[in-house]
Order: sequence, then structure tokens, then C-alpha cells
Amino acid sequence: MTHHLNRRSLLKASGALALASGLAAPSILRAQAATVKVGILEPLTGNLAYNGTQCVAGAKFAVEALNAAGGIKSMGGAQIELVVADAQSRPEVAAAAVDTLVEAGVCAFTGATASSLGLASTQAAAKYNLAQVVSIGTAEAMVERGLPNVFRFTPGVNKCTTVALDNLRLLNEGAGSPVKTAAIVHEDGPFGSGMAKILNERLPGIGIEVVETIQHPTPQRDFNNIALRVKASKADILIPSNYINEYTLMAKAIRQQRVELMAIYSILGGAASNIKFVRENNEVAQYVMDCNHWYDPQKPASVALAENVAKAGLDLTYDVMVAYASVQVIADALERSASDDREKMIEALAASTFDGSIMPYGPTKFVNGDNVNSQPVNTQIRGEKIELVFPKEYATAEAVFPMPKEG
Amino acid sequence: MKPTSMGQAVLIAAAVLYLVSVFFLSSPIWMGFSLNALIIAVVALSWNVTGGFGGLFSFGHAVMYGTGAYASAVLQVNYGVNAWIGLVAGIVAGAVMGAFIGAITFRFGLKGSYFALVTLAFAEVMRICASSFAFTGGGAGLQVKLDPGISTLQFQDRTVSYTLLLLVVAAVMILTAVMKNSRFGAYLIAIRENEDAARALGIDTYRIKVIAMAISGAFGGLAGVLYLQTMLYIDSTVVYGNAISVEALIGPLIGGAGTVWGPLVGTLGLHLLGEGAKHLLSNAPGLNFVLYAVVLICALRFLPQGLMGFAARIGPFRKKEEDDDNA
Amino acid sequence: MSSLILPAVLSGLTMGAIYALVALGLTLIYGVLHIINFAHGSLLMLALYAVYFLHFYLGIDPYIAIPIVLPVFFVLGYALQRGLIAPMSSGSETNVLLVTLALSLAIDNLALYFWTSNTRTIDIPYAYDTVEFLGAYLPLGRVIAFFAALAVAPVLWLFMEHTRLGASIKAVAIEKRGAEIVGIDVNHAYAVCFGIGTACVALAACLLLPTFYVTPQVGYTFVLVAFTTVVLGGMGSLPGALVAGLLLGVIESLCGLFLGESLGQIGIFLAFILILLFKPSGLLGRGVKA
Repeated sequence: MTHHLNRRSLLKASGALALASGLAAPSILRAQAATVKVGILEPLTGNLAYNGTQCVAGAKFAVEALNAAGGIKSMGGAQIELVVADAQSRPEVAAAAVDTLVEAGVCAFTGATASSLGLASTQAAAKYNLAQVVSIGTAEAMVERGLPNVFRFTPGVNKCTTVALDNLRLLNEGAGSPVKTAAIVHEDGPFGSGMAKILNERLPGIGIEVVETIQHPTPQRDFNNIALRVKASKADILIPSNYINEYTLMAKAIRQQRVELMAIYSILGGAASNIKFVRENNEVAQYVMDCNHWYDPQKPASVALAENVAKAGLDLTYDVMVAYASVQVIADALERSASDDREKMIEALAASTFDGSIMPYGPTKFVNGDNVNSQPVNTQIRGEKIELVFPKEYATAEAVFPMPKEG
Repeated sequence: MKPTSMGQAVLIAAAVLYLVSVFFLSSPIWMGFSLNALIIAVVALSWNVTGGFGGLFSFGHAVMYGTGAYASAVLQVNYGVNAWIGLVAGIVAGAVMGAFIGAITFRFGLKGSYFALVTLAFAEVMRICASSFAFTGGGAGLQVKLDPGISTLQFQDRTVSYTLLLLVVAAVMILTAVMKNSRFGAYLIAIRENEDAARALGIDTYRIKVIAMAISGAFGGLAGVLYLQTMLYIDSTVVYGNAISVEALIGPLIGGAGTVWGPLVGTLGLHLLGEGAKHLLSNAPGLNFVLYAVVLICALRFLPQGLMGFAARIGPFRKKEEDDDNA
Repeated sequence: MSSLILPAVLSGLTMGAIYALVALGLTLIYGVLHIINFAHGSLLMLALYAVYFLHFYLGIDPYIAIPIVLPVFFVLGYALQRGLIAPMSSGSETNVLLVTLALSLAIDNLALYFWTSNTRTIDIPYAYDTVEFLGAYLPLGRVIAFFAALAVAPVLWLFMEHTRLGASIKAVAIEKRGAEIVGIDVNHAYAVCFGIGTACVALAACLLLPTFYVTPQVGYTFVLVAFTTVVLGGMGSLPGALVAGLLLGVIESLCGLFLGESLGQIGIFLAFILILLFKPSGLLGRGVKA
């Protein structure tokens, strides 16, 4: 992938979007086809720009697909128009961006990648009775404030960690329980710290002793010491939870320091479910597992999304998927409320039983703003691909655990 | 506080007009944007006490801001203390932090770039501490319970928040003006102009500088509390991060350091520029910052003395050299 | 834990070499122009992208790229100082600071716009090679950087002390007016100095990329440590930057080991504050200049 290709195809994608929304193509412009505005609030600049940009790309693909399929039928085939706002990776900007969305007239919006941004934006949106479908906001504080306008579609850190532990237990037992000890390496932000706490409490319960817990800041420049500490701890598996830059450095250091592990089992890891990491660090990426947000690759919409993303020269990351799904959730609510009234949208979302998203979730059910039927899945890097290995009904490959010893 | 020239009068009138117009625009964008700008204006005024009047350049003013925010948040979240007491605690904590940094750095004779970089280091130390200890919420930060009310210092109606913020900014500016015209202010300016001469005249320069740091810290801590009460959530990068330190100094420097109105005018101007660039280039995130930077550089070329300094030359009311930093 | 001390020290030394390389350029610019260059981190980022694209499009190894990237960045630095920073700041030190701040904002966001925020790493055959020394495995790329830093600092020092251009730069640094009077082109000397500083950061980029990554934000990862290194070594002192860089690397590594990587970061800044308080001129500095 080159940056040329990348940008050109992005332009193409947005061109297609303009086409689909009927701005530039009279041929599909219906006489009374109204538009309905949906917002997306993501960090497009600053240190979270990567994730935010990926999310916007995902949302654009969703809008494109929905509009091509006839828009919001209950509103006379109204076309969805995506309003993009930049949170600049700063909470106060995220809060102010909500004002921009309101003034643009959105009926609901999705966002905002990081919990600190999400906390600010949901609170600001609450003042307008504007619904926010939280794409990624893993910290539990997101849904613990009782705000009626918060709808977290994806699982939070508690559920992700719990499911990851359940799956780890199954994998370990299935292999004859070879794994007895674990080392945890996590970033020191909300999601890493929250996860480490739960892991330390519950790993002993599935017969795995935590022999080392190392937290590190973001950015962390050097992972040699961390690799050495993991090595000295003689842990059987490594459970990391950090962003892609740190993960990349860590994976290299693990190899350079010749750390012998039965498995690398990451939770909400930034890299093990990132195809770019797989491409650029293929050797060290092999057999790495991740428990993360991921789509159901077998659904037709997923297949189409994967194709479109590849065509646009982008990388298919979980950000793309969750943003895509979040727009689907909003579109479904629009379909049912048949109105772009903000309060009606909150009601429609609260009553959502939507099960047609690309995610491997059951029917949507928001309890206190948290989708109780969401779930993370396990992926594993195999060759050039990221395969879904857990749960079984969505799996595209059999899990390899522990990883084979190098010959 | 009085303008010394036609130009300054126009500039100040424009700022006031803008601030008042927010009440009548009934635009969510302007309201949200102005709220943020006013909080930053308080940090800018805080920086102005030491950086503007005292010539003590700090690159780490986030240390006061963050300390104020954390002091109030820790008390409210961990000990259930009332938000108003948290406000006072935040101001005091900021002042103590400022005095502490001043006391040790000035005791060892640091100035200029060394002082600047040491304040930066202090902000970093505090940032790391805040993200490492449990009572500050570690990496997860601290979240004040959402509970609007006068007793909790949280306001549902943003017009109320805005009015109160305006009053706070006005109060800080009046205090700045009082300080400037006091004996203390004269000593501080004397130190900026020539510290050795000031000492020779019998001014206890160490004491004056530490007090200035304490006043600056109090304003900075106040700004941190204002942020906390608006956003109800802080983490170490947000309040101790570099972004705040940069915003603290850039507003006064563009507006006119060592003037009463400069920090407010500069902060408003820069925020308007940033907002304008964002709307102009909303389809190209990133380029808005480039435009902002380009305009900033050009402004520096043409306004080397800041906006107030530039405006002072347009239609002066009295033809006297010393009026230059009188606004 | 004790068995990890020696590897941690060695690892810290090799990381410190990178800090030293980044700081060499910064200290040179500070020592002569008396400005704190906030765009230094952005220039490092720009150089990392240059090295990345040379490898990506032309398959040029980062080490082979040195003779290409260095001159280009020298010219870039020269042009920036002569064409932008000097004329735009009107000679005021405060304004220089703001110009470099704005420049850094512009460069970072141009990079974001044109190259996206993707994390990029290069795949080179020796990416995982290590050197075994006293039982510790040291990444090859970092060992090379260590020796490069050891070599570059003396070369720069020799240049400053023993060449005509170096002497004129020093003259400008010490007494600008006087240098002007004896016929030294001050603007040229300043720009050459900025150019050399920028070339240093380009060298750091060539040596860093094999073991690191590049994003538009990557400059921030190093810039604070670089500032710390500069002050610690004594502003303007080249040998000081080298010693301080290595020292900070070791301090960081050991603090990380004993206090945890998160809190361990504090070691750098505490060391910085303490040394400044007790020896404000830095480790090898000559005296405090306000």
C-alpha cells in the first residue's frame, strides 16, 4: 500500500459517497428523496488519529451501502448524510464538536474511540437529548453515569476480559492445561489498567498463576527490559494489552530477547487484530491471538465491506468494523422511528432488537446503555491472514494453542 | 486596564463585543467554543503574571492547572468533599505548587531557558505521578459524579456556566490590574527589566518572584478546577499534558504579554483562528492546523509585539513612550 | 531482578545513544542561536519518513540512506532558518520560540494529511539480529546507533574546534556583534548551525528506524527527552549531550526496572530537576546563561 493509492482511493470512496447520497448523480436522485443526517465524532488529528480515521472510513462504507440499498425506507428512501466532526484527541474539543453536530442537525451520532473522549461527548450530547452510539469506549465509566443518550454497542473492558478468560480456559483445557503461569503487560491508560486488575483477580480461578504484571506508558520507547522481565518470570504465556506502536516494539523485543512462550494471548490488543502488523512483522506475528472486537466474516455485508476496504487501499481493522456496525444500528433505529427527531431516536435505540449488523452479536439489547448481547471474539494470526477462531459458530479456522515450537 | 490608544480601544471593544454577542447568538457552536476559550484565557492570565509581568518564562504551566484540577477531583471523588470546597482547595493547591516550584528553582538561581525547562520537567513529573498512583485514579483518571446543581458547581444550562466564567475571567483580570498597579507589581516589572538593578534597589527579588509564582499558581489552579467542573473528567495527559502548557503561553504572547487585556485578546483571537480554520477545512483534518500555524507565523512577522503592542501604535491617546505596556 | 541489572544498563546505554544523537543537534542549535527549537521533534519525524520512503519505494537500506538524507536535511535546516525562522521572528527570542512551535504544528499535520496516521515500520533482513555481550542480547540496530553516537559527537566537536567555519560559528555564539564587526556573515553562520543540527536529527532517524516505527506523532516520543538531555549535558555542550544522553538512557532503564515502566519515567525528570538545581550549568556546561 502506498500513500498515493491510499489517498486516491479515499477520495474515490468519498466520491462514491457523494454519488450515493445523490449529490452528484441525478440518475439516482429521487424527486422527494430527503436526506437524514447522522454524525460521527472521532479523533482525526492528534495521537488517536489512526483509530479515528479508520472509524470514519468504516462509517462511510456503511452509509454508502445503506444508501445504495435504498436509504431509510420508512422515510421514503431518505438518504443518509454523514456529518464528520474531529475530536482532535482532546476531551474538551470532543465536547465542543457535539455542538457542531447538533448545529448540523444530526439525529444521532457514533464515536469516539477513546473513553476520555467518549465521556466528554456523551455528557455534552446529553444536554441536547442526542443519542450517541458508542463504537469504542471500553472503560465501564462510559455506561455507569445513567445518561439516557448513551448506547454502547460493543463490549466494555469487563466483558472483553471475562470472555477472554473463558476462552483461554477452554483453549488451555482443550490442550491438556499446559499453561500454568502468565505474564501481563499492559498500557497504563483506562483500558489496560482495568483489564490488568480483572485478570489478576480471575486468572488464578482458571488455574493460571500471574507471575508478572508490568504496566507501561504510551508511548514507551524501549521494550527490552519488559521482555527480559517476562523472560525471567518464566511465564508460559504472555497477555498483552497495548496500542499498535507499543505492540510492534514489544513483539520485536520478545523475539530479540529469545523469550520462550507457549502463546501470546492479547486482550483488546492494538496489533494482533491489525492486518498491517501482520504484513510488516509477519514472522513475529504468527499464532498471536487476540480477544477483540471483530465482525462475523461470513455475513454478506462483511464480505462486501472487506472487498470495499481492500479496493480503497485501506486496512481492515476492528475500528472500521465497529464504526460500520454502529451506523447500521443508527440506521435501524431511523427505520423504526421514521423520524430524525432526536428524542424519538433515543426511544428507538433504547428499544432496539437489531440483529442485522456485521458483528457476531445476538439481537441488540441495551440495558443501562450497554448492549448486553455484544461479545468480543478471538482471532489468531495465521500466515498472511487474521482468522477468527472463537466462538465456534463464527470460526474460520481452528485455533492453534499452544503455538508450535520453532524447528 | 484602560486602553492607551485608539487601536487598543478597538481591540478591547471587539473582544468585549464578541463575549457579549455569545449571549445573543444562540448558537451551540459559539457557546461551546467560547466556554473552552474562556477556561484557557484563565490559564493564559495565570501565565501572564509570571511570564508577562515577571519575565519568568514557563513551559510547564500545566503543572498549576493540573494540580488545581486534581486537588479538587481527589477531594470530591475520594472523600466526598463539596465542590465549592474543592474549588478553594484547587486554588490553594495551585498556589502552593507555584510557590514550591518558585521557591526551589529561584533559590538555586535558575532563570531563562533553564527555568522554562525545569517547569516543563515539573509538569512531566506530576503527569507521571498522577497516572501512576491509585488515589489519583491512575491511568483511568478521575470522574466527578454528574449531578447538576449549585451546590455541586455543575450547571446544566450553559448560559449560566458562560456567565459565571465571564465573571471569573473579569475577576482575574481585575486582580491582575490591581496587582500591576500595586507596589508588588512595580517590583515584579522591575525584576523583569533588570533583576540585578532591582536587587540593588533593595527589592527582595526572591520573595517577589515566589509570590508571583503563587499568584500565578492560584489562577492556574482555578482554571484547572473550571475545566474539571465543566468536563467532570480528568486524566493525567489531559490536565498535565503539554498542550495546556503551550496554550498558557501562546495566548499572552500573541495578545501582548505583561498587559491586562493581552492574554484574553490573544486567547480569543487564537481560538477564533483555530475554529475558523477547522470550519474552513472541515474536510481535511490536519490541514486546519497547518493553516492555523501559517497564520500564526505571519502574525508574528507583522505583530512582533503582540496584538496589544501593535494596537498601541494606532492612534495613541497620549504621546508618551512609557505608555507601551499600560493597557 | 538482580540478574537483569546488567542487561538493563546495556539496554539503557544503547537507548541513550539515540537520545544523545537527537540531542546533539538540539544542543548545537541552542548553544549558538540560543533558541529552544520546538520543531526538532517534527524534523526527526520528517527524517524518519524520508528514510522510510527511501526504503519503501527504492529499497534503500536505512544505513545506506545516510549519505542521501544527511545533505538533504542539512539544506532543509539551512533553508528553514534562513528563509523562515530568522525573517519571521524579527530577531525576538520569544518569537523564535513561537515560530518553531507553529512550524512543528504545521509539519506534524502536513505529515498527518499526506501520509496518514498509520504506523509504519520497515521490514529488513536484520530486523531481529542481536549482538550477544556479557550474556545480554542487544538489538543490532541499537548497537550500531551506540557506536555511531560515540563517533559523531567527537567529529562534531572537532568541526567546531578546528575548522574555520566551526570557529566562526563559535564566534557568533559567543559574541554576535563582535563577529559581525570582524566580517563574519552571522545569518549564514546561524543557518549553517541550524543545518548541521537538522542533519544530526536526520542521522538519528537513519539509525533509529531499523528498531522503531514512524507516525506523524513520533517526534513527541523523543523531544522531551532530548530537551532534558540538552539541559543536563549543559546547553550547547556537545560532549555533554553525549554523556547526558547515555546517562539518561541508563537512568530510565534502571528506574523502569525497579519502579515499573510507568512510574520509572519519573527518573529522567527527577534527575533533570536535581542536577539543574545543584549544578545549573549542566554536567559539562560552562555557566548559566539566562
